[in-house]
Amino acid sequence: MSAINLLEESIVEKTAGESESIPSQTFPDEVILDIDNVSISYSGNPAVKHVSFPIAKNRITSIIGPSGCGKSTLLRSINRMNDFIDGVTVDGNFIYAGHNVYSSRIDPVEVRRNIGMVFQKPNPFPKTIYKNISWGPQINGFTGSMDELVEKSLRQAALWDEVRDRLHESALGLSGGQQQRLCIARALAMEPDILLMDEPCSALDPISTSHIEDLLFDLKSRYTIVIVTHNMQQAARISDYTAFLEMGDLIEFGITDQLFTRPNQKRTEEYVTGRFG
Amino acid sequence: MKRSPLELSNTNIQKRHRKARMFRLLCAGVTWLGAALLAILLIQITLDGIKWLDIQFLTSFPSRFPYKAGVKSALVGTLWLITMIAIVSIPIGVATALYLEELSHKGRIAKIVEVNIANLAGVPSIVYGIIGLAIFVRGLGFERSLVSGALTMSLLILPVIIIASREAIKTVPMSIRHAAYALGATKLQTAWAHVLPASFPGILTGVILALSRAIGETAPLIMIGALTYVAFLPEGPMDSFTALPIQIFNWVSRPQQEFHELAAGGIIVLLVVLLTMNATAIFIRHKTEKKLQ
Repeated sequence: MSAINLLEESIVEKTAGESESIPSQTFPDEVILDIDNVSISYSGNPAVKHVSFPIAKNRITSIIGPSGCGKSTLLRSINRMNDFIDGVTVDGNFIYAGHNVYSSRIDPVEVRRNIGMVFQKPNPFPKTIYKNISWGPQINGFTGSMDELVEKSLRQAALWDEVRDRLHESALGLSGGQQQRLCIARALAMEPDILLMDEPCSALDPISTSHIEDLLFDLKSRYTIVIVTHNMQQAARISDYTAFLEMGDLIEFGITDQLFTRPNQKRTEEYVTGRFG
Repeated sequence: MKRSPLELSNTNIQKRHRKARMFRLLCAGVTWLGAALLAILLIQITLDGIKWLDIQFLTSFPSRFPYKAGVKSALVGTLWLITMIAIVSIPIGVATALYLEELSHKGRIAKIVEVNIANLAGVPSIVYGIIGLAIFVRGLGFERSLVSGALTMSLLILPVIIIASREAIKTVPMSIRHAAYALGATKLQTAWAHVLPASFPGILTGVILALSRAIGETAPLIMIGALTYVAFLPEGPMDSFTALPIQIFNWVSRPQQEFHELAAGGIIVLLVVLLTMNATAIFIRHKTEKKLQ
């Protein structure tokens, strides 16, 4: 309920000064994470300004926008990875499971156990493939069969067939695309509620990219995915919802098809048709 | 009369090449100078001391007769000392580095500690000897024992171990830490499981350099009163002791030529111990680096 209001509010807010009419949108999905009036600044310089939009459960939400628009900053604040950067301040709420993840009663470690992340560049641990997967569950007190979990995670990441015979070899021997799928498998082994992906394909070739896009499609039924991408075609291909940010402002949020074919905002139209950015 | 852009008569480029060549020659010269000096020293020592090197030299206690004298007590003392120094200084040094780099809040206190450690690394070793004498020998009543010696030496090399370990820890890519944090790891879990193993080769190099320094130090040991004539072997950490550098110092300060040659023999033994330690470290480092790749 609140999500629908939020969605409309944010659109109304952004269009207040313009004369376009707004088609009424409804938000048909269950909300797992509500980004509510979030502002983020680096040592006083605002990077994200009063952004609000909902993240739908078991859907892919993409965040697009030109370089420096604050999309990565926003993504990294969802699971409090910005805590490790000096001088970052976050205002507003990220409501997840009934709590603001920035509440003083919430342990950021607990947040990251439930909201996983895949980074821009593949960053496997310099250990074996098996240990890359098993370490996260192991430190978090996993008691089941580790072998099964490793296999399941690698299968989910569509990597099992390529690495089943070399589980105990170094992960650094894998290709870039395989390493990134290993990082996805590593995140999935924690069975996160939400998986954040920060331009996961930007360091990969087109074939590896399409592998990962196919993979995201399959994962949607079990996980909620938020992906930052500078590749608009990718956002259009894989995501259900899209948020378009520019200079820290949320210009438009909506169902991907609508945002790309019938955007409400002139800036969105100019961006998705490639006139700037 | 347009000149081809690739024509070699471009004097500016030739001048730059000449400069580069000269600089390379200069660097090579300095490198070889260092190596040559070391070689001359080694050859001199070997020529002087080699004829005294035999099993008898290694298995005899010191004596006032050169042909009966040996380094047994000094060698055993040095091995005791270095083992105890390693046991004390490595855990403390590495833990301090880990705390300063990974776990502490980078506030003013951390800054003060940091500056002080850097300064401590430059304090003359004799000063550590005085501290050791005041605190360990007298204050804590450890007397002139191996414990006093090892603790004093540990103080001396801790700054070196801490600084080297911190540098090694700094080289671990941030992305590895982020990967661990994103899996819900605490800072301690991340440091223990990923940062420490990845920085292990660098830490090992620093530790070996520090221990090599400790093994050759004489001044602090003399200060805390290690004995110069020991005709028995230490049996426990509370026993008094002597060490190779002290034995060498003792022999060098005697007037007879034979004792000077014995000193050269002692230096060879010291160098062999040192090289064995370094070789072991390189071997371990090589193995772990291979495992990481």
